Amino acid sequence: MTDERTFQASNNLETEISAEVGENDKYVLRLFVSGQSPRSILAIENMRKICAEYLSERYTLEVIDIYQHPEACQQEQIVAAPTLIKVLPRPLRRIIGDLSNTEKVLVGLSLRPRATTPDKTGD
Amino acid sequence: MNDPQFRRAQLRKAATGIDGLDAIMEGGLPAGRPTLLCGAAGCGKTLFGVTFLAEGSLRFGEPGVLISFEERPQDISENVASLGYDLPRLVVEKKLFIDQVQIERGENEESGSFDLEGLFVRLGYAIDAVGAKRVVLDTIENLFAGLSDAAIVRSELRRLFTWLKERDVTAIITGERGEGQLTRHGLEEYVSDCVVLLDNRVQNQITTRLLRVVKYRGSTHGTNEYPFLIDEKGISVLPITSAHLRHHTSSETVPTGILGLDDMLGAGGYHKGSSVLISGASGSGKTIFASHFAATTCARGERCLYFAFEESPGQIVRNVRSVGIDLQKHLDSGLLRFEAARPTLYGFEMHLARMNRDLDEFKPTTTIIDPISAFRGVEAEVHSVLLRMVDILKTKGITAVMTRLTSEQEHVAGGDQGIPSLIDTWVSLGALEADGERNRGLYVLKSRGMSHSNQIREYQITKNGIELLDVYRSLQGVLVGSARRQAQAAEQRKASGAMNGKRVTNRKLASGARQRIKDQGKSR
Repeated sequence: MTDERTFQASNNLETEISAEVGENDKYVLRLFVSGQSPRSILAIENMRKICAEYLSERYTLEVIDIYQHPEACQQEQIVAAPTLIKVLPRPLRRIIGDLSNTEKVLVGLSLRPRATTPDKTGD
Repeated sequence: MNDPQFRRAQLRKAATGIDGLDAIMEGGLPAGRPTLLCGAAGCGKTLFGVTFLAEGSLRFGEPGVLISFEERPQDISENVASLGYDLPRLVVEKKLFIDQVQIERGENEESGSFDLEGLFVRLGYAIDAVGAKRVVLDTIENLFAGLSDAAIVRSELRRLFTWLKERDVTAIITGERGEGQLTRHGLEEYVSDCVVLLDNRVQNQITTRLLRVVKYRGSTHGTNEYPFLIDEKGISVLPITSAHLRHHTSSETVPTGILGLDDMLGAGGYHKGSSVLISGASGSGKTIFASHFAATTCARGERCLYFAFEESPGQIVRNVRSVGIDLQKHLDSGLLRFEAARPTLYGFEMHLARMNRDLDEFKPTTTIIDPISAFRGVEAEVHSVLLRMVDILKTKGITAVMTRLTSEQEHVAGGDQGIPSLIDTWVSLGALEADGERNRGLYVLKSRGMSHSNQIREYQITKNGIELLDVYRSLQGVLVGSARRQAQAAEQRKASGAMNGKRVTNRKLASGARQRIKDQGKSR
């Protein structure tokens, strides 16, 4: 955790004082989906909701169809679909899945602190 | 046409370009199907995969895709550059597509359900980019480490393998060896067409790499464990198991390089393609006998491959130069090649594997194995290796001279290792001790298909190499050393005296030392 904060601080002077994401940070998000699959549609819906609720006007969301842009999969290291990438603010984060677990998405977007208890994914 | 039996006979194969492996698999991997390649870390899985792709695009006109889940493409390229594979060039020429899939658990947050469509898209994109017929996924099990939802990964892998079949690509999927099963995550459940297992076994501090085709649906295949080799020349698999007796038998002979010995053998030399054993105690001149043979091979303009297991090539060249044999000029002309290795450097199988490969590469007409007694170990194992070695040499029609160090006592008895039955011609070098002298004597213990001499002949190591001396017999036996010299002198006196033409050689000499040697040739 400490390393991440140092990294963040040196890369983003605006958040020098606090490691937490500042109120005015602009979010750049890219959502990679696979065509018009139900999972893709669900992910887009979920993302729009989360953005509206938690990020109001301070975000840009780009939805990319991997079928249309297969080369982007290699460039952006996409394996799973859907995949949400938080490009900014740093650090870069990936959230995979249909984003139905809002808490996890918020943690991924650094809008919630990571749970201190050992999470289920870490087995 | 839809008869499954018929289709089975028509199973297409994709040659790996690893010769021995294609022989075991009777043509190669099942074309258009995935093959699981499993083994512990360091078994050479990645190298197998890369070789399959590189050979595919270079030799068989089949472009390939390498999806690496582990190593960086640069690292892979560097690792195989020394083997002569220029991966970056293949990439530029659109004969190969490399994509590295980086997936680390720490980086991903998982929220809700997902699939691996991203991987499918990448793979599809890569296949289309080069028109790939071959795909290597190395090591796909890393997905399990990167993604926590194993159930999704499993069902997606099942889908992936079906998809690969639909795309009609020949795929190698590598997997890490697991406890109690072939792979850590049970990939063998999904890839059921063909499974190849690599193993690294250490015995007496010597590592032997082994390969086994565990299963091959729709095709027969070699079922044994086959040794394989990874070195600066890449991978060689050696399907050396059956010691069949189908080799061509020649009645031609090749000179031994020693005039007197040619005469002794009756036919004027060793039979072409036969295996010759020269046994003797240390200092009996085995290497010199072998070097004569090497030199005469090269002098005819043929190639000779010299396996040196005890002395370094430099040492051999220097030593035999002192007896008038110039091997250096043959080395320079490229007709003679040394392959030197400590016997303990590899396991027996590995030695055999290397020798087989070297023989195939250099294509000599004669070879020297100096000495075979360097192979020590469990008798059955040594015997098995020697048997196959002789078999390989005969199959290739290579005349082989092997030397063998024997102790004084066993030089007649034959000793262990059961070699005699494998050998066509056996020349035994021994010491003849009598009258306070120690002289060198040789005899042909056996020589199949030749009316060889049964005499014991004295030989000397001179500055012109091995010289067999004329036979001087007394009623008690062959005269050697000073006794022979006396007989010689007596003969010369007789000749100069011009008395008569009686043969001195068969006359009993009244004085002088005599050497009595039992006619050992009869006791074999």
